[in-house]
Amino acid sequence: MSDMKRMKRDAALKIIAEHVDDSLVVAAYQAAFEWIIIRPSDCNLIATGAMGLVSSHGLGLAIGRPDRKVIVFDGDGSLLMNLGSLVTVGEVEPKNFYHFVCNNGVYEANGSHPTPGSDKIDFAGLASAAGYASTDMFDDLDDLSARIPDVLSRQGPVFVDFRVERGESYPQDYGYMHGAEHRAAFKAALRAS
Amino acid sequence: MATDSSLSGAAVISAIKAAGIEYIVSVPDIVTSDGLLWPIARDPELQHIRVCKEDEGVSICVALGYCGRRSLLLIQNTGFLDSINAIRAIAVEYENPLCMMVGLQGKEADVLPTQSNKVSVRIVEPMLDVMGIEHHLLQTTSSAEAIVPAVDAAYQEDHPVCFVLGQSPGE
Repeated sequence: MSDMKRMKRDAALKIIAEHVDDSLVVAAYQAAFEWIIIRPSDCNLIATGAMGLVSSHGLGLAIGRPDRKVIVFDGDGSLLMNLGSLVTVGEVEPKNFYHFVCNNGVYEANGSHPTPGSDKIDFAGLASAAGYASTDMFDDLDDLSARIPDVLSRQGPVFVDFRVERGESYPQDYGYMHGAEHRAAFKAALRAS
Repeated sequence: MATDSSLSGAAVISAIKAAGIEYIVSVPDIVTSDGLLWPIARDPELQHIRVCKEDEGVSICVALGYCGRRSLLLIQNTGFLDSINAIRAIAVEYENPLCMMVGLQGKEADVLPTQSNKVSVRIVEPMLDVMGIEHHLLQTTSSAEAIVPAVDAAYQEDHPVCFVLGQSPGE
C-alpha cells in the first residue's frame, strides 16, 4: 500500500451526508456498511450482488430516474473489475450521476491485499478520458468540507477520486445487504417519490 | 419476407415493444446484428444503451426495473456465460426481473441448441435450467408470441426470463 495521504472514510462520508438530501445512493461493501448508519434512508441501495457492479447499478438508476441525483460510492478494487463502466457512463452522459471511488489501495474486505497498480493508477484521469464531465480528488477533510457543495452542484457525470482509509469500525450486516427487506424498501421508496 | 421456418426480426421487435420494453441494453452479436440490433439502434421508440460488457447490462436492466422501467438485455451466448455470477446474484438470488435475449453464435442450422457440437451453444439452456431461469426458444416467427406474456410475468412476479434465439433473425 502506498503512503498516499488519505481521509478516515467514515469521517469523509459524514461530511458528504450533510449535503445529501433525497439523492439515491448506491454503495459498495465497506463504504456501504458505514453509509447506511451515517445516513439511514430507504433511498440507499447496497444490494449490488456481484463485486464491480455498483457503478452500473447507479447508471441504471440515473437513467431510470433523471429527476433524482444518484450518488455512487464505489471501491477501487470494485471499479477495477468494471473499468468499462467508466466508458459506458461517458457514453450515456447522465447529468445526475456522481461517482465517488473510495480509493484505499487495498481489497479491505478480503485481507487488505493491495489492489493492482494502487500506487500508480490515476482513476480521475481514466474517468476524464472516458468522458466524465468533470473529475476531482479529495484526500483532506477540510478541503472536502469546503468544496463538496460545489462538486454536488455540478452537472454530471462527475467523478471523484475519494482517497480514504479505514476509520471507526462499523457492523458488517451482510444479511441486511443481501436481504429481501432492504430491496423491497428501496423499491417502495422509489415508487413513493 | 418471413416464412414459417424463419424468425422475423420485425416480429420480435414488435413483440418487445408490445411487452412495454423501453430500453435495449446490448453488446453486439453477429447473430442479432442485422435482424435486431441495427433496426433497434435506428428505432426512435426504443432507447438503446451500449455497454462494454454484459454484466454491466445485468445491473443496468435491474436498476431500471427498480425505477419501474422495462428493459431487455440483448447479448451473445458467450456474454451470457461470462455474466453468470451477476445473473446469479442480482436476478436469481435477489429475485429481480431481468429479461435477456441471447443469440447463439456458432449454432449449426437445423440443429437444436442442446444438440449442437459447440459447447458454448449446447450448455446455454442447461445453464438456465440449473439457475432456475425460465427460458423460451425463439425458433420461428410464431414463437415470438411468447415474448409479451413472459416479460409481463417476469415483471409482475419478479424473476428473470431468457429468450434464446434458435436462429439469426431476418427482416
